[in-house]
Amino acid sequence: MTVLEQRASRRSGSYWPAPPPAWRPRVDPAPLLPDAEPYRLLGTDAAGRIDAGLLTDLYAELVRGRRYNAQATALTRQGRLAVYPSSTGQEACQVAAARVLKEQDWLFPSYRDTLAAVARGLDPVQALTLLRGDWHTGYDPHEHRIAPLCTPLATQLPHAVGLAHAARLKGDDVVALALVGDGGTSEGDFHEALNFAAVWQAPVVFLVQNNGFAISVPLAKQSAAPSLAHKAVGYGMPGRLVDGNDAPALHEVLGEAVERARRGGGPTLVEALTYRIEAHTNADDATRYRTEAEVEEWREHDPIALVERELTERGLLTDDFVQRTRDGAEEMAAALRDHMNQDPALDPMDLFAHVYAEQTAQLREQETQLRAELEAEAADAGKDEEKAAKGDTAGGTARGAAGEERP
Amino acid sequence: MTATAAEAGRKPASMAQALNRALRDAMADDPAVHVMGEDVAELGGVFRITDGLAKEFGEERCGDTPLAEAGILGTAVGMAMYGLRPVVEMQFDAFAYPGFEQLISHVARMRNRTRGAMPLPLTIRVPYGGGIGGVEHHSDSSEAYYLATPGLQVVTPATVADAYGLLRAAIASDDPVVFLEPKRLYWSRADWSPDAPEQVAELGRAEIRRRGRSATLITYGPSLPVCLEAAEAATAEGWDLEVLDLRSLVPFDDETVCASVRRTGRAVVVHESSGFGGPGGEIAARVTERCFHHLEAPVLRVAGFDIPYPPPMLERHHLPGVDRILDTVGRLQWESDWTEGSGD
Ligand SMILES: Cc1ncc(C[n+]2csc(CCOP(=O)(O)OP(=O)(O)O)c2C)c(N)n1
Repeated sequence: MTVLEQRASRRSGSYWPAPPPAWRPRVDPAPLLPDAEPYRLLGTDAAGRIDAGLLTDLYAELVRGRRYNAQATALTRQGRLAVYPSSTGQEACQVAAARVLKEQDWLFPSYRDTLAAVARGLDPVQALTLLRGDWHTGYDPHEHRIAPLCTPLATQLPHAVGLAHAARLKGDDVVALALVGDGGTSEGDFHEALNFAAVWQAPVVFLVQNNGFAISVPLAKQSAAPSLAHKAVGYGMPGRLVDGNDAPALHEVLGEAVERARRGGGPTLVEALTYRIEAHTNADDATRYRTEAEVEEWREHDPIALVERELTERGLLTDDFVQRTRDGAEEMAAALRDHMNQDPALDPMDLFAHVYAEQTAQLREQETQLRAELEAEAADAGKDEEKAAKGDTAGGTARGAAGEERP
Repeated sequence: MTATAAEAGRKPASMAQALNRALRDAMADDPAVHVMGEDVAELGGVFRITDGLAKEFGEERCGDTPLAEAGILGTAVGMAMYGLRPVVEMQFDAFAYPGFEQLISHVARMRNRTRGAMPLPLTIRVPYGGGIGGVEHHSDSSEAYYLATPGLQVVTPATVADAYGLLRAAIASDDPVVFLEPKRLYWSRADWSPDAPEQVAELGRAEIRRRGRSATLITYGPSLPVCLEAAEAATAEGWDLEVLDLRSLVPFDDETVCASVRRTGRAVVVHESSGFGGPGGEIAARVTERCFHHLEAPVLRVAGFDIPYPPPMLERHHLPGVDRILDTVGRLQWESDWTEGSGD
């Protein structure tokens, strides 16, 4: 067909010949689109249908989570943690994500999601290994079905897709839930992961915790999309927008998404609207990019307060229950403090132990070198102690006899 | 003809066929082995290395992925976490770069960060190198990026037998292997029978391909045939060159390399990738540190120029050829140059 002919056919109403069927969109996007308003349960007429047991459980976990965040933040001030990205204000997302998973399912957290790992049952000390600076991962991922906390943004998302896909290939009933921040949705890996997940119909759920900022950059400078949940539609998966401080609403939306994935219904993208009450980390100065008034507004919409209101209305918030919850949280915090106040026992030889399954000759040489250095250090320390014991305070030099023994 | 037709049919004639056979045997032996990448299923890969695998094992075992290198590597990480042994194909050397983030931040580190709890048995096949007349982004030699990354093994066959043996070994390894396929040698042929002994090679062992007394050419991958040719040509000038094929850049076989250099007293490293910051510098340094008192001359390098890979019509000037190797070998007569005062 020539250009002229195409022009001619325009008058008859079809400028282009109809595309072959394979070119057409495969699904009607309407059912995939998120609602304009975030989904809420607390404070709505539907709140009455929330199970009382679930409400009290969520409350207890939120209180515990808040205490955990406070304790971890305090530990940074004491120099016991190298850094802590707090999830204060975001506890509902963390707790709900952990709670909707079955034992065999997998969680793929980022650096901000230690609370989700703890809520899934991981020992808080193990969860904080990375942030403490004692190795990178403090637990066996297979034992807990929690992937290592991921620092490069969004890179854990394709891992979640691959794992879920592999599980399905093997015929196992496993769902993967991956956590990512609003900033992380701009990364290429976010796109690639969602696209793979939808094409493969992998049993995976993506939870975007939209807490308003990527360090200092507000969402408006991150994305021009109507919502981050809208991004789902282009991949061919449903997008859900939910109030990220409404724990029961999150629990319901995530629970449905996980069960849909389990049934073979494919992936879902959930965007939770929440707020980071603390700074990005203890090293960040949030006053440079946001006002205290804004933070105050969000304090009004606190995830614990929201559940508390519902429990009070139902008469479930008894003094006894509140006390027991607080005591439990205090106990957890005290245990965490105690453990973190002990210096971890680190073996420098571990540096070479886990690079390859079989150590290379080069690493064996380097291991020998380090061992000699350590022995020299120990010998020097011994001499210093001897001298100190004799009242000689001059001390020795760092270079010892062992150094000369080296080939 | 005494061999049966079936046997003759099974006999791979080219490196491409040996690689294909290695994948097929690995998949047949272990259901955990999954092949994935761009165009690997129906098409069999742009170089046909995965030809027939989808048909034989189904698309679940040899499947086309969306066109996304980070996605391919990232999902392969998750699959390996769950106990599969993915073998991924990067279509061309320079198209692997979008996947580097996953490769460096995750593939190379997962064992280490989990203190051994989560090893990743993952093979990343990358056709690499020039000499095929490819346009831009189809001829890079990226090995320096890979070998600078602890946690990765970097392997590259130069012979048909090694293409089979080393790929089987890579897939069997419990750690990630970047498997660099010299695409220029895909169609090189050899009398090789899969029934020959020692099919599955050992990673981290160099091989001497030609014995010699006067100097060692240390090389790998696409430069091996060039070095062997140079060694033959050098006999006319009275040089008896040893040619050493590294086969594996990580782990590096110091032992075989240094034993050879100590015997010959002279060494030249030959590779296609750029010299500055390239593997040759590392190899020369290692050899010098270990064999200094045996060396009659500095370790010299013949490498590609320090330029972005040139357009195909000019690539022959960039790639180390026989003449450039021979010129460099000539410079190994360091002592006589020195005493004559010509130096370098
Ligand atoms: C690939 C990558 N680029 C940059 C960083 C540095 N960085 C750490 S956190 C962060 C902001 C992330 O924001 P968001 O995804 O919204 O998550 P949040 O911290 O709010 O939970 C940045 C830029 C990183 N970790 N990874």
